[in-house]
Amino acid sequence: MGKKIMITDPEKCTGCRLCEIVCSVKHNGVSNPTLARIHVVKWDNEGFYLPMRCQQCKEAPCLAICPKGAIYRDPELDSVRINHDQCIGCKMCVQACPFGAMGWNSERGRVFKCDLCHGDPQCVRFCDMKAVDYVDAAKLQSCKMRESAENYSELMRRHGGK
Amino acid sequence: MALNRKIAYIDLSTGEVKTEAIPLEWRRKFIGGRGLDAYLLYKHCPPGADPLGPDNTLLISAGLLVGTMASASARTHVMAKSPLTNLLGSANMGGFFAPEMRWAGFDHLVIRGRAEKPVYLYIHDGEIEIRSAETVWGSGVYDTQDLLRRELDDPETQVLCIGQAGENLVRFACVMTGRKNAAGRTGMGAVMGSKNLKAVACRGTTSIGIKFPQEALEYNKQIIDQVISTKVSQIMQRWGTGFIYGVTNTTGLVRCRNFQYNQLPNSEDIECENLDKYSIGLDGCFGCQVHCRHRYIIKEGPYAGTYAQGPEYTSQGAFGAEVGCRSMNTVLVGNHLVNDYGMDTLEVGSMMAWAMELYEKGLITDKDTDGLKLEWGNDEAVIELVKRIAFRKDIGDILAEGPLPAAKKIGPESLQYLIHVKGMSNLHSDERPTPALALNIAVSSRGSDHLRGRPAIDLYNLPMKVLDKVYRNPDGYTGPLTNSYSEYDGKPRMVMWQELVYMAVDCVGICKYHTVFLSPNHPQFKEFAKLIYLNTGLEFTEKEIWDVANRGYTVERLFNLREGMTRKDDWLPDRYFDEPTKLGLPVARGKSIDREKFKAMIEQYYRLHEWDANGVPTPELLERLQIAELRTAA
Repeated sequence: MGKKIMITDPEKCTGCRLCEIVCSVKHNGVSNPTLARIHVVKWDNEGFYLPMRCQQCKEAPCLAICPKGAIYRDPELDSVRINHDQCIGCKMCVQACPFGAMGWNSERGRVFKCDLCHGDPQCVRFCDMKAVDYVDAAKLQSCKMRESAENYSELMRRHGGK
Repeated sequence: MALNRKIAYIDLSTGEVKTEAIPLEWRRKFIGGRGLDAYLLYKHCPPGADPLGPDNTLLISAGLLVGTMASASARTHVMAKSPLTNLLGSANMGGFFAPEMRWAGFDHLVIRGRAEKPVYLYIHDGEIEIRSAETVWGSGVYDTQDLLRRELDDPETQVLCIGQAGENLVRFACVMTGRKNAAGRTGMGAVMGSKNLKAVACRGTTSIGIKFPQEALEYNKQIIDQVISTKVSQIMQRWGTGFIYGVTNTTGLVRCRNFQYNQLPNSEDIECENLDKYSIGLDGCFGCQVHCRHRYIIKEGPYAGTYAQGPEYTSQGAFGAEVGCRSMNTVLVGNHLVNDYGMDTLEVGSMMAWAMELYEKGLITDKDTDGLKLEWGNDEAVIELVKRIAFRKDIGDILAEGPLPAAKKIGPESLQYLIHVKGMSNLHSDERPTPALALNIAVSSRGSDHLRGRPAIDLYNLPMKVLDKVYRNPDGYTGPLTNSYSEYDGKPRMVMWQELVYMAVDCVGICKYHTVFLSPNHPQFKEFAKLIYLNTGLEFTEKEIWDVANRGYTVERLFNLREGMTRKDDWLPDRYFDEPTKLGLPVARGKSIDREKFKAMIEQYYRLHEWDANGVPTPELLERLQIAELRTAA
C-alpha cells in the first residue's frame, strides 16, 4: 500500500498555475489548462488561491458509479485509476466527483483524472512553494502535531506553565 | 501548434474584424510580441497620427512562448503611438491575460478606429465580439474585471482593461490586468480610452501544441532551477522588488523631493521588511516561481480592509522618497489607488514630486491647488493629489497632461525642475552617480525608463570575467568594458546589450526578472533559442535571436525618427549635469554627470548600434537586417 498522500496548502499557493500547465504538457503534450488534472481556483478579489485535484478517495464516487467497472483502485500508489479499454464514455464519473476532478476531453472523447504521474507528480515537482505536495502520511501527521505543539508550548512557556 | 495563433485586425469605427495567419517570415524576422508589434505599428499607424485620434493603432500581443511552460511566459505587450511623448508607446505586463489570449487563438490584436459608444472585446476560441461596455464604463480596474466576469458568467475569464484614468484620457493611464499588472508606461490606457475601448476579455480552451513535450518539460525545469538558484531571485521570492529600496536608498541612488536629494533618511517604515505586517502571502504571474509581489491588506485609515497587490520598488519611490513621505500606509494606499484608477505609478509619483517642488518654489500656489498644501511629506495631500490627477480636478487636470504640456501651462520656469526624457518622467532612481544607468534613460526608445536597457548588474561591481561572459556575446564584442559603476568607459556596450536582451525577452513573452536584469546568471539568448526550439520547433541560433532583437529595436528607432525625434532628444535634463548629489555613500555623494564624457558615450552608443552621428540607422544596417523598405516608406 502506498503511504504517500497528496496535500495542498492554500497559504503557500501563489496562484501561478504552473501546476496546470506541466500537468497538461505531461499528459497531453499541449498547453491547455482545461485538460489539466489540477486547477488553481482563485478568488482574485481577495487574493485566495486553492489548488483542486483528485483526492484519490477511499470510497470514490467515480469508482462506485461507473457502470462498467472501468475505474479501479491501484494498490501500488493507493490511487484511483481509469481503464480506458472498459470505459464507455458515459461521463457518470464526471458528474459524480464532488471535487470536479474528473474531466472530459471532448477532442479525444475520453475522461481523464490525476494518475499521480506514476508516483512522481509533476505538479509537485515544479511547485517551488510546495503548495501542492506528495508526502508520507505518517510524517505529515507528526509534522502537523509538532507545529501545533510548538504553539501550545510557546503559550505554556509564556505563562510559566500555569 | 504554438505557431498557429492568429493576428486579428479590428476596426472599432466600422465594427469590422479580420483574422489572418501570422506568416512564418514574420516569425523568423521578429519572433513575436514586442518585436512584431513594432513592425505592425510602423506599418499601420500613419505618420504624424494623433495619438488620441482614431488613426492611432493599438497593438495587444502575446510573445511566442507565452502560455508554454517556458519560465514566467506570462507577458502581454501593448503598443501604440504614445499620447505622452508623441513617439513610440510601448508597455509590458505580467498576469494571466496573454496566455488566455493564446488559448483563445490569438497572438496579436491590431485595433484601429474609435467606437461610437464604450465597448469591450470578448475573445473566445477564435471568435471576437465587440460588445457594449455601458455597464462597466466609469468603473475602476478591480470592479471592471469582476463585473465582466460576472456578465460573461465565467470566473476563468481574463480581462485587460482601463480604469477611470484611461477614460479621462490621463496621458499616463495604464492598461491593467489583475489587481496590479500594469502595461504602465507611455499612456497606453489613454489610447484605449480615446477609442472608447474599456476592456478586452478573453477565454480560451484550445490547446497550444508543444513540439517536443517531454524535452520541453525537462528543459524548463532546468531553466526554473537556474532562475531560482540565484540569490537575487531568492530575495525577491521572499520580499518582492521592494528589497531594492533599502540598498539603493542607503547608497544614495534614490531621488528624493523630486531631484533635490538622492536619499530619504529615516525612511525605514517604507522598507520591504515592514511589508510583512500587511502581507497575506506572495503572488505569482502565470508560471512564475519567483512570485515577486505581495498580496496585502491595508490596515489603517479610510482604506482599511482593502485588498491589493504590490507594492513594487517604484511605488516606494512614487509615494515615498520622491514626495518625501515616510509612511508604508501611504505607499500601500497610493499603490492601490493608481492600480484601481489605472495610472502609471512612476509617472504619477514623478508629476507629484515636480508639483511639490514648484509649490515649494512658489511657482504654483494654493490658488492653483484649491488650497491643497503640496508640502513634502504631506501624506494626505499626496493621496488627494492621486485622485485629482485621475479625475482631472484643478491642478490634477494640468498634471494629467504629462510633463511637457503641464510645464507649458504652468510656465517656462517650471521646466528646469522637470525630470523627464522625451516627455516621459523618470522613475525615482537617481542616475547621477551611475553613468551607465544615465545613458540608458537618455537613449531608451520610449523615453526615460529603466526597463529598456538598464544594465542593473553594473551596480554590483562584478568581476571582469563575469562581465566578459555576459557582454561579449553572442556577437563577439571586443571593445572596452569596465566593472566600476562610476566609470563612463565601456558602458555604451552594456546599455546596448541590455536593450537587445530586453527586446528578445519581450518578443518571446518572458519576464525580465528571468533574464539578465538583476542577475548575470539568468537565461539569455542561448537559453531562449533552446526554449523556442523545444516548444515550437523553430530553429534560431543565439546570434539569430540577437539579430531579431536588433531588428525590433531598430524599427522602434525608425518609428521615433519618423515621428519627429532627433538626436537632441537623446539627452538628460540639465540638473543631471549641474547639481551634484548631496547625500549617500562616498561612491554616490558629490556626483554629477560630465557633459563631455556623456556626449562621447552617446556617440559611442550610436556607433555600436550602427547608427550615424545623428542617431539614424545606417542604410547598411537596414539592408543587413532586411528592413530597408521601412526607411524608404518613411
